[in-house]
Amino acid sequence: MLLDKKGWAVLKIAVFLLGLTPFLLLTDDAVNDRLGANPIEALHFGFGDWALRFLCIGLALTPIKTITGQNKPMRFRRMMGLFAFFYATLHLLVFIVLDLSLSWQALKDEVPKSPYLLMGLLTYLLLIPLALTSTKNMQKRLGRSWVKLHKVVYAAGLTALVHYFWLVKKDYTGPLIYAGVIGVLLGIRVVVYYRKKVKLLYFESR
Amino acid sequence: MLIKTQANILSSEITERAVFESRREFIKAATVLSAGALLPGSGQAKTGNYADAPVGPYSAKLAATDRDDVANYTNYYEFSTNKQDSTVLAKALKTKPWTVEVSGEAEKPGVYNLEDILKDNPVQERIYRFRCVEAWSMVVPWIGFPLGDMLKRFKPSSKAKFVEFTTLYNPEIMVGQRSGVLAWPYVEALRIDEAMHPLTLLVTGMYGDELPNQNGAPLRLIVPWKYGFKSIKAIVKIRFSETMPETAWHKSAPNEYGFYANVNPEVPHPRWSQSRERVIGSSIFTPKRETEKFNGYGNEVAALYSGMDLSRYF
Repeated sequence: MLLDKKGWAVLKIAVFLLGLTPFLLLTDDAVNDRLGANPIEALHFGFGDWALRFLCIGLALTPIKTITGQNKPMRFRRMMGLFAFFYATLHLLVFIVLDLSLSWQALKDEVPKSPYLLMGLLTYLLLIPLALTSTKNMQKRLGRSWVKLHKVVYAAGLTALVHYFWLVKKDYTGPLIYAGVIGVLLGIRVVVYYRKKVKLLYFESR
Repeated sequence: MLIKTQANILSSEITERAVFESRREFIKAATVLSAGALLPGSGQAKTGNYADAPVGPYSAKLAATDRDDVANYTNYYEFSTNKQDSTVLAKALKTKPWTVEVSGEAEKPGVYNLEDILKDNPVQERIYRFRCVEAWSMVVPWIGFPLGDMLKRFKPSSKAKFVEFTTLYNPEIMVGQRSGVLAWPYVEALRIDEAMHPLTLLVTGMYGDELPNQNGAPLRLIVPWKYGFKSIKAIVKIRFSETMPETAWHKSAPNEYGFYANVNPEVPHPRWSQSRERVIGSSIFTPKRETEKFNGYGNEVAALYSGMDLSRYF
């Protein structure tokens, strides 16, 4: 794919608009009362699902580079991560503003008794520093520690999965699909890591 | 449609009897004038087979949830774990003819036609609040008859300590039964005093008409002070038992779903709070309703559990 600077800018805008589309569609459905009998749940689950999807897309870019040698998709990694954060934020806002109706009492009553909510909250807390340090400037300033810090996203992927598993009453199809995807994406990294280690040991021993 | 959110029913909220009754007159008039037509601004069938069912005792004077919401938000795992999909999938179920097999500790066991059961048990309307274990609730005008009245006709013996109900097992039609999400067929049970309680209903309709298939046609249980999963659908078997039967959800997760499953804001589900409930049909800016102990039926049923530790017997 040969794109000049302008081509890349256009492509980035197109991908950005695509990423925004679920938000626009869900909001439109909410405003026009098309979300069924339990619109808050539909909106809440909708945003949560998209947060997970963007997290998966973001996590897929490095393995794509490793396997295909194609590093161009990496240019979208920041945007995918920020979209995951954007949808996670909406997911949390729907919970606090609509589900809890901004009631401190409701929050105090319900959150401590609900382990899946605590796990969701933990996931969001893990994502905050990643979003805050997502700029090019921060990336440069933090150098090697930026890379280390952003490995926290692996933990966030796992806590998000636990959050989803704990919420489901019985049908685990949804969380199992995400567990499969995230499992493969993290699994590839584990394999790559140990291969490198083995190679290193091999060269050192010669 | 207006949904009440207060824990206590204020006198100002209660529909005046005259208004309430005139509604029924209005329904009858409308039925005569335009059979099959719906009243403007209403999602409810006013011309259904049960439009004339009298209002029974214990019926709450609460505004009912929109019928479309009740009919399109169902947990019917025999068809799907998706609350909307079961509406479509359940259409395949044939509910006529229907028989109920009565067995166990009773003098008059046998296979009974639903038609005959209905001849002996005239239906009435009961508006009850319905609280799901998933922390949402509805207000539904059920059409049915007291379970106890029917059970007495089978002459249960002194050994009948529990009543067990079984849902139809037919994986060709009930496609959800092809998956192992629960152990099929679905089984639920009540203690005999719970089953005989006048609040406990066998239901054949809602909103003045036949029960839609996805809501448990042709015959379902309604136990308004218990979480919705106790209110088993499409019942084909009733068995009187001396020992406590194993029930579907308890079997699938005994630490999460007990035999009693009484609505109780003080006893959280191990993974979520039960202190509040989302009222289906309310606007997205309406706060959740505070869940009442025994779903607001404490005066009627609390005595059944006196001396029991409800956090242990959940």
